[in-house]
Amino acid sequence: MERHALTMPFSESRPPTGLDAYLAPGPSSFTDFVTANAPHLLPGRVPEGLAPHAGAALDVPHGTTIVALVFDEGVVIAGDRRATSGNVIAQRDIEKIFITDGYSAVGIAGSAGIAIQMVRLFTVDLEHYEKTEGVPLSLDGKSNKLAGMVAQNLGAAMQGFVVVPLFVGYDTEAEPSKAGRIVTYDATGGRYDEWLGYHSVGSGSVFAKSSLKKIHRTDADLATTVRNAIEALYDAADDDSATGGPDLTRRIYPVVVSITGADGAVRRSEEEIEAVVRDVVARRTEHPDGG
Amino acid sequence: MTMPFYSSVDQLLRDRSELARKGISRGRSVVVLTYTGGVLFVAENRSKALHKVSEIYDRIGFAAVGRYNEFDNLRTGGIRMADVRGYSYDRRDVSGQMLAKAYAQALGTAFVEQQKPYEVELCVAEVGVTADGDQLYRITYDGSITDEPQFVVMGGTTEPISTKLKDTYQPGLDLAAAIGIAVEGLEAAATPGGNAGNGGAPASRVLGVSALEVAVLDRSRPRRTFRRILGPALRDLLPEENRAVDDPAPSAEPVGGDDTAAGSAATES
Repeated sequence: MERHALTMPFSESRPPTGLDAYLAPGPSSFTDFVTANAPHLLPGRVPEGLAPHAGAALDVPHGTTIVALVFDEGVVIAGDRRATSGNVIAQRDIEKIFITDGYSAVGIAGSAGIAIQMVRLFTVDLEHYEKTEGVPLSLDGKSNKLAGMVAQNLGAAMQGFVVVPLFVGYDTEAEPSKAGRIVTYDATGGRYDEWLGYHSVGSGSVFAKSSLKKIHRTDADLATTVRNAIEALYDAADDDSATGGPDLTRRIYPVVVSITGADGAVRRSEEEIEAVVRDVVARRTEHPDGG
Repeated sequence: MTMPFYSSVDQLLRDRSELARKGISRGRSVVVLTYTGGVLFVAENRSKALHKVSEIYDRIGFAAVGRYNEFDNLRTGGIRMADVRGYSYDRRDVSGQMLAKAYAQALGTAFVEQQKPYEVELCVAEVGVTADGDQLYRITYDGSITDEPQFVVMGGTTEPISTKLKDTYQPGLDLAAAIGIAVEGLEAAATPGGNAGNGGAPASRVLGVSALEVAVLDRSRPRRTFRRILGPALRDLLPEENRAVDDPAPSAEPVGGDDTAAGSAATES
């Protein structure tokens, strides 16, 4: 009898059951394994034959503004907490920044549902690779993997479910001053390194970027960089109706993650961000346009 | 060698057991035990790349002895199964028990239905939220599965190690003490294929940092509890007399992976 005699034929509608199905030689990538064996688990599958932009009629929530800033010890990523659906605020406290492994994080703008599924799959994929191979993926390996996932979503993007992730990471193999990295994507899966030290995606990104252009320096320290990120989000919320400003009455503040060589990816504590936000708001009360 | 046309099921299974046991018994040993902070794995393994102990999921670790390609394949399969389940339900829905049963199923089926059984012995360990929740499962080549409350010893000469640990193990050990008794246990075993067989007493061995692979499932860590303890961190946790030892492996010998030369399993008697 052969070893594979017991391997069950995979059906499209369920994951493999017994361990045998998992023992066949296969890829290190979790996504590739799921694609081959349980494709129904993948995000962003849209029914065929829809008219272009048919998704717009669904009115699903959209995430808005994400900013990323390189500083002397690594990189910081921050996002506001609003999701909108047309003119309605769909959620006030959505979280759009995700730590994807020890040295990387992703912020999402665009169609929130698909983006969250995509990041979830991406996170499992990084961990899966690390466990099976015994070493983590390189920073460029991670960002290319994400590009592939965005490209896979092109069909859904053409229906209106565009996902625009913003990837940040700390390259443990680079020298510390160049280790903080920002990578951006377009809807086709195009992958772009941002070497200028800051970037923003989402509806308020134009305003956030203008703000960062004036205030951010890549040789700044962590505290200054966190503050700059919050300032930029404040400016985005000031001019973009879809971006949420700091909500002092409900105590909802931006999510901020820092990634450094020493501490890896760390979500900054609520207390720390609250203090910075209150300070920024106090300053803006005196000078509404900053400066 | 002539192949008989008929052999009784009993004889067939006995032959397979013998083959599997022989394959496993040549390897160096692995000890898995519980301590206050979680679960500790200690393997005698000089390789930095070919591991005998590894992470499966947030709270689940894996240790194995025997044929490297076979247990590595089982390890990868386990990781896939755990990740698919955690991804389609939730991370909390992946349990050591589920995985241990799947391994038992795969090994048991192969034992009766395949040409050759797996020449491996596995331990699936899960760290609980409290010490009561810690679980160690031992799965042998024929698919037998046991739930061991305190420690698991697998590999070549397990007898002296188990005897030693029965004397020294007690619940509520801290990490350094647990490493201490595990290493002491491993030292009680004679070197496989070494000088124990030629009449003299086995040379007493002292295992240093470079001869050990140590990892823990650390209860206090938030998500992924598996952590390897390497280099200086390991040295500080070893018993006094082991700290100074750092003997490089004799250069001609392979340092890890399969502990016996290629093809030997089938030919040696």
